[in-house]
Amino acid sequence: MEPKFQPTKEGYYGQFGGAFIPELLYPNVKELEDNYLEIIYSEAFQKEYKYLLNQYVGRPTPLYLSKGLSKKYNASIYLKREDLCHTGAHKVNNTVGQILLAKHLGKKRIIAETGAGQHGVATATVCALMELECIVFMGEVDIKRQAPNVARMKMLGATVMPAKSGSRTLKDATNEAIRDWIGNPEDTYYLIGSVVGPHPYPDMVARLQAVISEEIKAQLLEQTGKENPDTVVACVGGGSNAAGAFYHYLEDTSVELIAVEAAGLGVNSGESAATSQLGEVGVIHGSKTILMQDEYGQIIEPYSISAGLDYPGVGPLHAYLYETKRATFLNATDQEALDAAYELSRVEGIIPALESAHALAALNKMDIKAGQVIVLNLSGRGDKDLETYIDNLKE
Amino acid sequence: MSALIELLKTKQNRLCSVFFSAGFPKLEDTATIIKELSTNGVDFIEVGLPYSDPLADGTTIQYSSAVALKNGINLDVIFEQLKSVKKENTAPLVLMGYLNQVLKFGEEKFCESCRECGIETVILPDLPMIEYENHYKALFASYGISNVFLITPQTSDERIRKIDEMTEAFIYVVASSSITGAKGGISDGQIAYFERIKAMNLKSKLIVGFGISNKETFDTACDYMNGAIIGSAFINFLDEKGVAAIPEFTKGILA
Repeated sequence: MEPKFQPTKEGYYGQFGGAFIPELLYPNVKELEDNYLEIIYSEAFQKEYKYLLNQYVGRPTPLYLSKGLSKKYNASIYLKREDLCHTGAHKVNNTVGQILLAKHLGKKRIIAETGAGQHGVATATVCALMELECIVFMGEVDIKRQAPNVARMKMLGATVMPAKSGSRTLKDATNEAIRDWIGNPEDTYYLIGSVVGPHPYPDMVARLQAVISEEIKAQLLEQTGKENPDTVVACVGGGSNAAGAFYHYLEDTSVELIAVEAAGLGVNSGESAATSQLGEVGVIHGSKTILMQDEYGQIIEPYSISAGLDYPGVGPLHAYLYETKRATFLNATDQEALDAAYELSRVEGIIPALESAHALAALNKMDIKAGQVIVLNLSGRGDKDLETYIDNLKE
Repeated sequence: MSALIELLKTKQNRLCSVFFSAGFPKLEDTATIIKELSTNGVDFIEVGLPYSDPLADGTTIQYSSAVALKNGINLDVIFEQLKSVKKENTAPLVLMGYLNQVLKFGEEKFCESCRECGIETVILPDLPMIEYENHYKALFASYGISNVFLITPQTSDERIRKIDEMTEAFIYVVASSSITGAKGGISDGQIAYFERIKAMNLKSKLIVGFGISNKETFDTACDYMNGAIIGSAFINFLDEKGVAAIPEFTKGILA
């Protein structure tokens, strides 16, 4: 049977995706499009990629049956521990893969965008490992909000360039990275951090994150005798951890997929990042997707307490999963995410990232049946969010 | 045949185009700027549709776009403004914006509004050739709108030939690998690139943009191509000296 959730040759998932790029970027994107599959699936690449995932990143990450949550919901709730990856989140699965790709293409200079700084740190890390120059674009506002990650990137040898345009957050950092790429078309590789951007990035990043669901299958089989759970839950900003957690289950509709967006202060509060609920079809950063925009197509700045989820768009694969109802889209507010983070910390001794806490908060909103097997992708750890957690902690 | 295509047939050299952002410096300046540029020797005018996230633009056009948006500019206002100058017989107008603006406004409605305002040429830098062919070519043609494609120093000869075939008005020759607002003169490398393009004997007119900022760069570009477009330098001028000083600007370029 034809796979339904793989992109076409032009990078389309249904009506979403494509490569809406200025001619200035055409040669760069075309070079990548022509080569990425061949490079990624070459024996040499796979050998090095797998070695680094095992020995550098620390994979496979555990699949841990949460006793506390399972008891609360009278179900089997497994946590996929991406928070235990080197650098503290799933982001590094992608940066390890793309840095190898950049090396194969002979690129000397790596640029990246970052919001909370997680992807920036993961990029600076692999650049240090590979001895490549690294420039990370980060919104001026985010630089102030995420000082520890800025320091980490600098310590790793990266240059952090403040994005001073627009709202000075993630979308503007992405704009600045793209502008830099336009100005440096020959030696520079743009290492995108999520399943967004022009084709082939969404597909490439999904493939590099697919190791998450590949491991879930094997681990679940080992632990329960069945490789499929009933449900997979993951948070979605751009959507890379969800793409990885869903990937090997996309075509098997017996597995329910739940994507959790950040509702901020509430979906209709005007301070939200629930793109699927608030967005309409549009083009952002080279991809046709669902996008938060005003009546004239001007992009609206999203809001969430979690800097990793406040992206005004969503990856084209997710837009398609939403449109076709293959995935169910839920959302959680700032407060619900905070409560879920405090709860997991107490019942399991695991402090989750605020992003992952949104996925945890959605458990409360699901109609969970007795004995249901749920895998929740715990995409990152909460170290970076400690200040927010401390500020909001009620005695 | 469109007024611009007519013009490009009759005038082959030193075609001067100026870009500005609609609604900048003040919301109601759009019509005045068009009239002033037209009566002061500018051959055709690019009206920028201010966008929140202009990927291909440097800081100057980001700034003018942001000011214009704050002034309350939007596509409805712009089309009203353009309608008001239609009967004034100005230089041909070209709209330059980003695809999402057209998508959200409605592709058909956008074309309809262009027709009402006598707009026959558009530049959408993030509309790639393949998307144009598959989804926009027929629609634009039915409204008599021609699309302008960009080429850069990295564009292959094969692709330039294809763009040449599809071009009705002119090819926008991006002067260097950069966003808009590049500074400095025209380098030997850029001249070699202009010569390479010129030697291809394309059927389309070639207009240079990005980095054309004064008389010197305008003249150099015109030595090799049919004309050039000035954008950021004009925005900076407007910001500093205001709309009333436009003749001073055009004189400085064309004298």
